[in-house]
Amino acid sequence: MRVIIVGAGQVGSTIAEELAPLHDVVVIDVDRDRVESLTYDVDVLAVEGDGAELATLREAGLTDADMLIASTDDDETNIVVSGTAKTVADVFTIARVKNTKFLRTWRQAAGAFGVDHMVGTNLLTAQTVVRVIGLPAARDAETFAEGCIQMAEFGVPEDSPVANQTVREADRFESLTFAAILGEDDVVIPRGDTVIEPGSDVVVIGSPDSVREFAGALVPDADGLSDVFIIGGSDIGFHTARLLEQQGLTPRVIEQDPDRARELAEELTGSTVLESDATDREFLERENIDEADAVVTALDSDEKSLLSGLLAKRLGASRAIAVVDNGEYVPLFEAVGIDVAVNPREATAEEITRFTREQRAENVAIIESDRAEVLEIEVDAESVLVDRPIRESVADLPDGVVIGAISRDGELIKPRGDTVIEIDDHVVVFVDAEVIEEANSQL
Amino acid sequence: MSRLRVDWRAATSLVGTVIKYLSVPLLVPLIVALRYGEGIAEFLVTIAVVVAIGTALERLDPDPDLGAREGFLMVALTWLLVPVVSTLPYLIAGNGIPFVLAPYEPASTLGNPVNALFETMSGFTTTGATVVGEISFERHSHAILMWRQLTQWLGGMGIVVLAVAILPELSVGGAQLMDAEAPGPGIEKLTPRIAETARALWIAYAGFTVLLFVLLYGLHWAGILLDVPLAPNMGLYNAIAHPFTTLPTGGFSPEARSIEAFSAAVQWVIIPFMVVAGTNFALLWRAMTDEPGALFEDGEFRFYLGIMAALTALVAGLLVTGAGTEAVTEAVGPLAGQGEAALRHATFQVVSIVTTTGYASMDFNAWSGAAQYLLLFAMFVGGSAGSTGGAIKIVRWLVILKSIRRELFTTVHPEAVRPVRLGGRALDERALRGIYAFTLLYIAIFLVATVVVLVDATRVFDNLSAFDAMSAVAATLGNVGPGFGVVGPMNSYLDFPATSKLFMVFLMWIGRLEIFPVLVLLTKAYWSS
Repeated sequence: MRVIIVGAGQVGSTIAEELAPLHDVVVIDVDRDRVESLTYDVDVLAVEGDGAELATLREAGLTDADMLIASTDDDETNIVVSGTAKTVADVFTIARVKNTKFLRTWRQAAGAFGVDHMVGTNLLTAQTVVRVIGLPAARDAETFAEGCIQMAEFGVPEDSPVANQTVREADRFESLTFAAILGEDDVVIPRGDTVIEPGSDVVVIGSPDSVREFAGALVPDADGLSDVFIIGGSDIGFHTARLLEQQGLTPRVIEQDPDRARELAEELTGSTVLESDATDREFLERENIDEADAVVTALDSDEKSLLSGLLAKRLGASRAIAVVDNGEYVPLFEAVGIDVAVNPREATAEEITRFTREQRAENVAIIESDRAEVLEIEVDAESVLVDRPIRESVADLPDGVVIGAISRDGELIKPRGDTVIEIDDHVVVFVDAEVIEEANSQL
Repeated sequence: MSRLRVDWRAATSLVGTVIKYLSVPLLVPLIVALRYGEGIAEFLVTIAVVVAIGTALERLDPDPDLGAREGFLMVALTWLLVPVVSTLPYLIAGNGIPFVLAPYEPASTLGNPVNALFETMSGFTTTGATVVGEISFERHSHAILMWRQLTQWLGGMGIVVLAVAILPELSVGGAQLMDAEAPGPGIEKLTPRIAETARALWIAYAGFTVLLFVLLYGLHWAGILLDVPLAPNMGLYNAIAHPFTTLPTGGFSPEARSIEAFSAAVQWVIIPFMVVAGTNFALLWRAMTDEPGALFEDGEFRFYLGIMAALTALVAGLLVTGAGTEAVTEAVGPLAGQGEAALRHATFQVVSIVTTTGYASMDFNAWSGAAQYLLLFAMFVGGSAGSTGGAIKIVRWLVILKSIRRELFTTVHPEAVRPVRLGGRALDERALRGIYAFTLLYIAIFLVATVVVLVDATRVFDNLSAFDAMSAVAATLGNVGPGFGVVGPMNSYLDFPATSKLFMVFLMWIGRLEIFPVLVLLTKAYWSS
């Protein structure tokens, strides 16, 4: 496979190193020094130029390329590069973006920006942080129907009480549907007696509360983790807080800038936002940081993150996790007392490499590994679902389609066999990738 | 001398337009007078006068251009001048026209200009406090009493809102005008065009008025056809007159005994319409047109129902146990042990006072101190924002409660940043400040005004208690209507001295416009640059 990588920063060059042994890799960068050093260090073709320019892309062999990875440090550039490439060539595009707003747009409108796969680095980093803290971070989570329905995909750990239970035993939640269980390489539509194997992924659809409760049941030890501080209300800090909220925690977010603090407080309904300097020792003591189970530092400078993390540890916090922008600091931070240093670039490079290795170049679905999609549909008169009990309409739909939740006038309805779906209802369905086209035409 | 920065000509010119159009609703009592064969001169003269005054004022500025400042002036002036010119029918009926016309109603208390102004201001501001000594068709014509009802209906959804709905020249500054007039902090635009929003509000308002008429009159005829006394007193005249003062949370009634004059069935029918009148009409419009669920998801609406339910439960408990009534007289039947009657009277009075309607299903002067005190408390609650109700408004209390909770939280965590949320949306701190300031000012004005009324009225009364004076001020400032004691629901404000009456006219005026649009006119900053 011929792969073009635009941007030879830390992310780009890491990916290049990983891919070089298996594929033909071309790297484009505007910086002459980087291009030169890369030519000698790694077995790739390095081209100097602007990746957003068609001439440069053609020079790099765009027409014969199978995949293009836009991994510069600038979101807009990456999107423009992907769009440009897609316009002139049939190439699978991957774009790296920091800002989650682009990711949201892309997820809501398939193929937006000419990007086939988008990696949101801030969100990815936040997910990594949450996983590190030790919570069952949803691998994927998406909200539908204006927030009243949530879909989440969870990995089932070996020691989870839910592991090896049947779906009937595990389903103790008010409005939650088990849509699918993703095994090693198959998609199982669960029935009451299906056993949830450890190591598999469970896709659940339901009200945000019930999804949160399920997450709690999945890893009950998480209850022991109650006090989490997030120092620095950057985008990463924000997403970390949001993910923790989804697990039912009430994280405390410390942000020094009054305007940003207000903005965070408006968005994060389940967190406590504190406006203060995180190096103010008296303040930290008053907020009982000594009882914190974890302190995440995500300030805009690595040095400040390090200092705050060390101070928190010194005051008695159990664990300090730092988000470190500069990859070279990672071992250093961990040597001086930070428990885990998470580097966004490293996480991004890993994700893109993992994705590339799976060598998928067609449709990218919401559910991991392109095995299924979760769709929200507004039911119209033509739909096979309309004005019939679900029991009847499901019989007409292909196997591999699960009706996860229904929202009517902003209210969530848990679908049962005798539920009648009406026009204008919003239905969230899980669809196995194999039957997507067939299902789409009927829904 | 510095130049005036306010284009008072433009503002006054638009007030002229509004006054001119007042001739249209004046046709209603004219028709009633013709139907009952009563004198029509007072209405014909008034129509001529309003058209003349209106046209003259319009001449001040043939092409008025309204800015934000002129908006305040226009709204405040409208609410002052419309009641003033509307006194004409009362004055002519009471005094006649010298050398031309003998008075129709020589015994009317409304022949006195101060009384007449009190009555029209109480009408347009939907207060419902009255100075009519004896409400009866012997003393007053059907037409005059219908005009009295109609003033409340016009004032309910707002004269200016109505003007924005029908006058194209107000379309640009319309939002500011409505903001200055509409109850509650801020207005809710339902459509991109403000005139359409104003029209939607008036359509909803008029629609509920017609619905109540149909129900009341239907009940009357159902009673006749089934030969049971369902609503024997609710004839065509009463069935038209009462919706006119229910939906604007007004409270005037052509019956001297208010709603006590009607059957229990009628009282039960009126209760839900008072609840509707105290609800945000923009919310009702949304609930009726596209989101039926919006009503019960709305925090303010739930809080509004909750407060009324809690107060009703307390009052009903007091009444049914007998602790709520002071004395059982002939006029006031026994309520202790009477489940339905106690619940009905408790619900009716609480809803009537909270929504600031001011109807009475019984003389609550006979209630005990505890029950009366609960009603005095209810006078400060008020309807929802964007309703026709007065007083402080539910939404402000809700926001204040939430900010108190925030204060408690920030006492423990001084660095915490915690926005006050209303319906999921974070409120701007400036809006919060406005709400604190308004509520504090309202209560301060209430306290000061009580002293003023006590001092002034004691010249006349020797038995005006402080509690009665408090209720009179709360009832006029909050546009409720009746208070306790001398100003009880079956009594009137007639005995107050003219100075107190004029002071209460002022209270009703600033209470309806929610104080700030009037007070801002008194500041130097408003008039200079």
